[in-house]
Amino acid sequence: MSSDTTLDIATLPEYERPARWSGLELIDCDVQVSVPGLAALRPYLSRRWQDYLTESGVANLDPPHYPKSSPLSARPGASVDGPAGSSLPVLRAQLLDPWDTTYAVVNCGYNIPGIHNDDWAAAMAGAVNEWQRAQWLQEEPRLRGSIVVAAQNPELAAAEIDRIGGQDGFVQVLLPVRAEAPLGKRRYWPIYEAAQRNDLAIGIYPGGASGNPVTSVGWPSYYLEDYVGFSQAFQSTVLSLVSEGVFTQFPDLRVVLIESGFTWLGPLLWRFDKNWKGLRREIPWVDRLPSDIVSERVHITAQPLDGPADGEQFLQAFEQLDGDRMLLFATDYPHWQFDSGDDSLPSGLPADTERRILAANAHEAYRF
Amino acid sequence: MVRSKRLVVDCDIHNSIPAGALDPYLSQRWKRHGELFGYRSHQGSLYPKGAPNAARHDAWPPSGLPPGGDLDFMRQQLLDGEGIEYGILNTLGAAGGQLNAEYSAALSHATNEWQITEWLEKEPRLRAGISVVQEDAELAAAEVERMHEHPGFVQILLTVRTSEPLGRRKYWKLYEVAEKYNLPIGIHFGGMHGNPLTGSGWPSYYIEDHTGMANAFQSQVISYVVEGVFERFPRLKVVLIEGGFAWLPSLMWRLDQHWKRLHEEVPHLTRAPSEYIRDHFWLTTQPMEEPHNPKHLLDVFEHHGAPDKIMFSTDYPHWDFDAPDRAFPVSLPPQFRDDVFSGNAKALYGLD
Repeated sequence: MSSDTTLDIATLPEYERPARWSGLELIDCDVQVSVPGLAALRPYLSRRWQDYLTESGVANLDPPHYPKSSPLSARPGASVDGPAGSSLPVLRAQLLDPWDTTYAVVNCGYNIPGIHNDDWAAAMAGAVNEWQRAQWLQEEPRLRGSIVVAAQNPELAAAEIDRIGGQDGFVQVLLPVRAEAPLGKRRYWPIYEAAQRNDLAIGIYPGGASGNPVTSVGWPSYYLEDYVGFSQAFQSTVLSLVSEGVFTQFPDLRVVLIESGFTWLGPLLWRFDKNWKGLRREIPWVDRLPSDIVSERVHITAQPLDGPADGEQFLQAFEQLDGDRMLLFATDYPHWQFDSGDDSLPSGLPADTERRILAANAHEAYRF
Repeated sequence: MVRSKRLVVDCDIHNSIPAGALDPYLSQRWKRHGELFGYRSHQGSLYPKGAPNAARHDAWPPSGLPPGGDLDFMRQQLLDGEGIEYGILNTLGAAGGQLNAEYSAALSHATNEWQITEWLEKEPRLRAGISVVQEDAELAAAEVERMHEHPGFVQILLTVRTSEPLGRRKYWKLYEVAEKYNLPIGIHFGGMHGNPLTGSGWPSYYIEDHTGMANAFQSQVISYVVEGVFERFPRLKVVLIEGGFAWLPSLMWRLDQHWKRLHEEVPHLTRAPSEYIRDHFWLTTQPMEEPHNPKHLLDVFEHHGAPDKIMFSTDYPHWDFDAPDRAFPVSLPPQFRDDVFSGNAKALYGLD
């Protein structure tokens, strides 16, 4: 891909587990896998939908959130034998082996949210899940899967969760952060009920095609704005999940924010707590500080690190949220978020904290 | 009684426009238009504010005027009561947000004339922002040309919920005139120009609307920087009013981080995003950020790294008012305290 042509891969630092983590359990909570093309999904679609794809001339449903050639979309060298993230042997060679990964949670951001036909969306989601199971989870014991659903129809989504949620290997249900409505709204509750019923976490990833601009002030011009702006969609999602009472209604539900950044969370919760003190009569089912609820029930993957270059400031920012408990190690492979393995987490974290982030927190979130 | 130990500058005071108060400043044509068709603006932001008029219970004047509508009562309760040396009025009304841009321009001008007559000329401690048509930069610039000479106007007032991100070119005519007259652009909480607050539509509750409004400010900061507004208008100053400030360091880090990877998309930027932010954005303090560990507030100021840009505000007469002597949960270093409560605003707005 184009980034390969402009950068000498040999000059990149080693992409591997830092030496200081030698022997530690390491769980990578955000690894992207990509559907290489529609042909890969055909075996898992009914005749009706196969015909539909053919007759309508549907092209592959690449997610719109990562322009194919953007430097963020793939580390130099990650696109071998097809789009980055589409080959298991490459994944093993570039990620699982050099990082000595214990488990990797794979996410597939296929553009299901962009489909307006609920039945078609549900069929495609089911096919992605079957493809994921057959091509990845059954082939590689270190991988764990994320159930893709058509969130635009929560009843169909819940049915898909019940259909495949009991199968080995799936640990969460993926929802796009830019869904058609704020994710706390009651219309989505059948999804949470099914996730809780199947002991699955809810993973919220930076995707979606709600038709609403990512900002509250209209469409921005640049991809840089779009990508940076995703953290705002995550902020409003946290507000929505708590305010609507999702965590009250589903006491066993765990939520993972994927690729969201995390330094915004502490300050958001200060503001939220303060407003809750003044306005809690509006949401009487939220019967304690929002920050307490979030720190018990929400986890966040660590990449991209949205912290300062200064190490001490980073630790101060880290202290502003319950990072010890909330953060999950992630590479976000094949996205190019950092160069050297040493940069995958902020430096200077206490060893015990690092261990929690590397694996213990993920066990709580995903119950492997 | 003055509770505070020293005089302060309050960068966010709301006066309100009593019914019919703008009529004397409207032509017969627009007065008639108002009688026949009334205000028409974007819909969608119906969130009752937790208190009538979003006001403190004790801010209703005995005169029967609405909170913020009675200058004598404001003098007594706020200006004298809290020891305000200067106060910046942010007159929020329907003027700038009308779907009919010509009507919007007429209402904005009427609002400005009303501000001069009823507030600025009656009370020397007060300053104000020029009300403008928010979504038509040419009409807005024309109004600034008409009003900028009055010494009571110290900025141009917008609300944060625009129809497009404020860095986009459709707004640049306004920045031209702002730079020409050295008037900061003040961007206040609220407004409504059609976009839902979140990337996934309308939230259900006021607590989400109020807490999440910080997102709109974040988007504007991103847009101003990434569109290269400060490259084109290097002397432009922007004041973020009632949007919070603790979120800014995180946003600066995130922007810098991704700019490093994606800078080829925005070659018009000659510096890291955080550098533009430190140089061009001022922030008001209310609603005060209240970390569980008050020391974290000092960390925020340090991480932000622009102590000359933080300015105290009360948001009088609203329910989430911050009193000067109680607002900060932690004591500030003395020089910084003086700057926040007075020096920074005086320098920005040219007070004294």
